[in-house]
Amino acid sequence: MKAPLDYVLHLADNSLILGQRNAEWCGHGPILEEDIALANISLDLIGQARLLYQYAAELKGGGATEDKLAYLRGSREFRNYTLLELPHSGPLSGYARADRDYATTIVRNFFFSALMVLYWEALLQSKDEQLAAIAEKSIKEVRYHLRHARDWLVKLGDGTEASHARMRSALEHLMPYTKEFWVSSPAESQAVANGTGVDVASLRSQWDAIVNDGLNEATLIRPQDTSGYVTQGKEGVHSEHLDYVLAEMQSLARQYPNATW
Amino acid sequence: MTATTSVSEAWAILEGLSDPEIPVISLRELGILREIREADDGLEVIITPTYSGCPAMEQIHDDIGALLAKHGVKARVSTRLSPAWTTDWMTEEGKEKLRQYGIAPPTHKVSDVAVVKFMPRPSAAKLETVPCPKCGSANTLESSHFGSTACKALYRCQDCQETFDYFKPY
Repeated sequence: MKAPLDYVLHLADNSLILGQRNAEWCGHGPILEEDIALANISLDLIGQARLLYQYAAELKGGGATEDKLAYLRGSREFRNYTLLELPHSGPLSGYARADRDYATTIVRNFFFSALMVLYWEALLQSKDEQLAAIAEKSIKEVRYHLRHARDWLVKLGDGTEASHARMRSALEHLMPYTKEFWVSSPAESQAVANGTGVDVASLRSQWDAIVNDGLNEATLIRPQDTSGYVTQGKEGVHSEHLDYVLAEMQSLARQYPNATW
Repeated sequence: MTATTSVSEAWAILEGLSDPEIPVISLRELGILREIREADDGLEVIITPTYSGCPAMEQIHDDIGALLAKHGVKARVSTRLSPAWTTDWMTEEGKEKLRQYGIAPPTHKVSDVAVVKFMPRPSAAKLETVPCPKCGSANTLESSHFGSTACKALYRCQDCQETFDYFKPY
């Protein structure tokens, strides 16, 4: 059984876009160890994305390659959660810029890795063997990502007044974006129907338990996240930030098509 | 060279190939080299990647092809994802070589531990004692989960003050 192409792209785009975002810390980390940690986490995510794009290219056929999928699609074709494309800062619109904020980075990585430890675990049962094999590799990596994010969540949340306040703002800023996890896209419903995908809604109570446990230890209060707009990045409707990510990531491949070195 | 001798010969040739990042340990000892078998068009060498994004994998892929070609063996290299690579596959001699090289080998087999799947609490992580590869002291501290490569963590010995890499159980 094969997973739907859009479903594989959804998983691949999640990994690539967060990998690209976290890599922005490379050379700019708050301390050397964190610079290295974020680069390592990015490397894992981009590695997972490569495996998924290679598989997606095989499903797509017609001369598709991992590079074409990563570098030559437009933002409307990307299927990642909106959460993952946001800049490392509080709310921003348009071309506004702000300093990178490590609290935002940590909260996002915490939310996403808490989801993915459950997600990859569930995907081990996928009827798509290739997807199950990729899950088997990725689960080991994402457990370390969660450990890293959770440690810093606690250190910064239960840290100084200033670090606590920044964690609280990051939490309030990012929490609403996690609602997108739980609303099924057509690709996800299709994947669940043919036994290749995960019914994400079924992971929600476990995700809540991981998140609440972490926030509790970090002395942070979970914001109410029940109402309001639900982002739809996984259906191709993105924030303005994704185009800036793609512009930087894809510019070389687009300016010099088929370049090799 | 007949096909049957090639398989064992290929193992012998590849024994000389070490990990690009950790030159003291061979690919076989690291557990990356999974199988060599006869295929229609020569030999097939099957490797299993360590971490998904490990940049050494492409180098390893090319090194294997190049070394066999140099010995006149026609072979292609393919990648097998499942079962996923684990540090449990490292040989005991390989672990000893790591230790002598100054990298603390994994302290336990992943398969021996009931994996804490969802809530890797820091307190649980601290239970793991990683002896210093230099002086053997158990009085060591983790400086960072992530070291010079994705597969290693950074530790510091509180006794001899050595900073060292720890090959994480994976």
